[in-house]
Amino acid sequence: MRLKSLILGAASLVALASPAFAQELTAITGGRVLTGTSVIENGTVVIQNGRVVSVGTGAAPSGARIIDARGKVVAPGFVAVDSGLGGSEISSVNGSDDLSNGANTISAAFDVSYGLDPWSFTLPVARLGGITRAIVVPNHPGSSGGHVHQDDSDFAGVGHAGLQSPSLFAGQAAIIHLGSGNDILVKPRVAQVAPFGEAGAGVAGGARGAEFTQFRETLTEVRLYARNRAAYDRGAIRDLSLSRADLEALIPVADGSMPLIVTVRRAADIQQVLRLAREEGLKIILDGAEEGWLVADQIAAAGVPVLLNPISNLPGNLETRGARMQNAAALDAAGVVIAIKGNEGSIHRARETRYNAGNAVSHGLPYDAAIEAITVNPARIFGMAGQFGELRAGAAADVVVWSGDPLEPLSIAEQIWVNGQEQAPTSRQFLLRDRYRTGGEGAMPPAYPR
Amino acid sequence: MRLRRLGGASLAAFAVMALGACATTGSSDTPAPDGSSGAKARQPLSAGLDAANNPDPFPSTYRGLPRENFAIVGGTVLDGAGRRIENGVVVVTDGRVAAVGDASTAIPAGYRTVQANGRFVTPGIIDVHSHLGVYPSPGVSGMSDGNEATSPNTAQVWAEHSLWPQDPGFNAARAGGVTTLQILPGSANLFGGRGVTVRNIPSVTMQGMKFPGAPYGLKMACGENPSRVYGGRNQSPATGMGNMAGYRAAFIAAQDYRAKWDKWREDGEGSPPTRNLQLETIAGVLDGSILVQNHCYRADEMAMMIDLSKEFGFRITAFHHAIEAYKLAPQLAREGICADMWTGWWGFKMEALDAVEANAALVDAQPGSCAVIHSDDAELTQRLNQEAAAALAAGRRIGMDIPEERAISWITLNPARSLGIADQTGSLEAGKRADVVIWSADPFSIYARADQVYVDGGLAFDRSNPAYQPVSDFELGQPGFGLSAANIPQGAR
Repeated sequence: MRLKSLILGAASLVALASPAFAQELTAITGGRVLTGTSVIENGTVVIQNGRVVSVGTGAAPSGARIIDARGKVVAPGFVAVDSGLGGSEISSVNGSDDLSNGANTISAAFDVSYGLDPWSFTLPVARLGGITRAIVVPNHPGSSGGHVHQDDSDFAGVGHAGLQSPSLFAGQAAIIHLGSGNDILVKPRVAQVAPFGEAGAGVAGGARGAEFTQFRETLTEVRLYARNRAAYDRGAIRDLSLSRADLEALIPVADGSMPLIVTVRRAADIQQVLRLAREEGLKIILDGAEEGWLVADQIAAAGVPVLLNPISNLPGNLETRGARMQNAAALDAAGVVIAIKGNEGSIHRARETRYNAGNAVSHGLPYDAAIEAITVNPARIFGMAGQFGELRAGAAADVVVWSGDPLEPLSIAEQIWVNGQEQAPTSRQFLLRDRYRTGGEGAMPPAYPR
Repeated sequence: MRLRRLGGASLAAFAVMALGACATTGSSDTPAPDGSSGAKARQPLSAGLDAANNPDPFPSTYRGLPRENFAIVGGTVLDGAGRRIENGVVVVTDGRVAAVGDASTAIPAGYRTVQANGRFVTPGIIDVHSHLGVYPSPGVSGMSDGNEATSPNTAQVWAEHSLWPQDPGFNAARAGGVTTLQILPGSANLFGGRGVTVRNIPSVTMQGMKFPGAPYGLKMACGENPSRVYGGRNQSPATGMGNMAGYRAAFIAAQDYRAKWDKWREDGEGSPPTRNLQLETIAGVLDGSILVQNHCYRADEMAMMIDLSKEFGFRITAFHHAIEAYKLAPQLAREGICADMWTGWWGFKMEALDAVEANAALVDAQPGSCAVIHSDDAELTQRLNQEAAAALAAGRRIGMDIPEERAISWITLNPARSLGIADQTGSLEAGKRADVVIWSADPFSIYARADQVYVDGGLAFDRSNPAYQPVSDFELGQPGFGLSAANIPQGAR
């Protein structure tokens, strides 16, 4: 009997996630539709075969499964940027964290996509917060990468603090989707990551001037290697400081075809990084940029996008003395393309991305810009415009029906589709919650019911 | 409370001793020393050697901000004690709440009126778990003063002695409506030291912020942190059982210490015990004058701490970071222990694995419970109303009927209970300190901002008036100082 119900349970889960289900023609009707770039009242979103078929005000096609979204808000799934989703299960458990690598022979070549776990319990939790895609970014082992928890653990031996890597690079980022199933990888190696400012200076020996010099020297070596691979293999060129794998990984960075995510906070450092990128022909994305508002026009003029956390308003160190809640609004007003991050490395707290967007709004960012900053902008920044993060024909059918304004904590993601597959509205947390819903003091221990 | 308890039997007994055979205070039922041995008149100990001589050696010098009598009218009042009043009136007289009621509430002549139409009025937010000032911004090495991680028992340290009042985080927290905070030591140790409760007003000194008469808390820590820190140094505690042995040994020593003082005070024989700051604080817990503020994530560990408290005869006031409180909610309510919780934090270590967003709602559902939302974080403390909103949403998601006027108590009245100051603040009720926030919108909305924040009836922050937007000394002249980003009115950083 028990076995049978288990099998049935498993079968229904499979059904919910199966490609066959995704074929179903579905129309979500009557809701307030946020497409990512515009708003359609009483809109109709039609999805089939994992993609958006149409978005508009027309009637639902005949034969479609109708989802009544009257009084609700329909939005594209949100995109977590600078995230660790799928790459780290429990932050302080080293073996479960595949986001940083300390070996100096594999730095730029480090590829997070191999360590991704489609069965991670972090994914359903983030999904219930409306996140359906993530840019999974490696952490630099010499810096916190935003992942160190301040809770009470601010003493030696916690998190990644204290490790130092001789490398200037953290490795290569990947794009994932958060649909259930056994493959979440959308695209590996979409960007390289390098810390600047204090963290980068620490790698080079302690001073910013050393890092910039070492960085340029590294680019010189990469270009030398790229022009002389055969000679390198024969041992016929001078010794290079990076491993062959790292040199290979940096070729697309050096030629400007792969974006380089530059973690940088201080306005002065942002200016130096913009100059470096201009002179070396690099395609960069600023990450952090707490003091970005002080040089917003320069960032806009360079056409460089920014990944930021709009609630970083305190001078956590001497690099962020100018941090302000208005940073997002000011950068947007200057014409910078921004993407809004979640909290604490955007793994367990990726679901707070929508709250961060709401707080940016209450500090001057236009609402539409805030929605763009968690939907279409991340897709644009990582070269996926039109493919996800937007409700428009041809895009992946990542759709969320919200009970109200998705930036409000009191709103709930009621129905979620990823690649057209409807996702079960549950998580390990919900199972725990339900187990103890009635106080956990029944005749049988809580371990029995499931 | 603290003064009264310390000044109870022990202090009275000491006063009698000091006066020797002549003692006839009449206010104490402690018998005077026997006349025959009274020939050896007792001299008071040298300054600082007897806690009873000066139980408050770093006294509060808090003076409220300038204030006037006023009434807030027209807003939706969530009073913190369960009432919601549309078009409500809050009357403030001499820094205290004088009356709260509907539009018919009388406003004395000469009172200024503050219009709150379309806005919300709540008690000042109270954060029971803050490290502002002890882990300040900037968090550079010279300023990391929150964890005396040099021994598993540092009950002798007081967080107030690490508190840097110029931490810009205090101003940011106030702009989020926070009027009272408990500043705690970190949790590396079984006994981390005393916390201090402060009024959130700018001050040059720690003493100028100290909440007059608020009881001290003793920060204790369960779980992973102590065993990791000290186990990593190959010393005890290295395990959960080592943690428990460490607490028990300390309470045994504190019992012994307390008995020695009591005996010396009673019989007047021999040399006085040597004052020991560590044991004195733990003895304060045994007396009930110092509240146990216990960092404890897991339900099984909370249950053991409750047994420990019964073994030694003390009370636990609150479990902080009570990630698994929902697994033990009925027992916590029966024991009268507050559960101080986050909504969204989880997964950063094993003991934080089983977090659920509905934790506060599930704890709150128990009769007699005390559900508290706390921050432990300089950013989160600025938005405790949003953290409460997320907890409220999680409760409603499973069909719990929780009105906002109930949920607001998670960040107002219940934290006041968790700090032993509910008779002073935490709700808008006649006689309490006039700690009030006027919100631009429903505080459970992401878009709500604290427009005005009053501490003891004095305007401490006004989002639209730069004269009431304090900046700390540290912030002066720093990058961006005095500039407004893209001409957006700043209000606060």
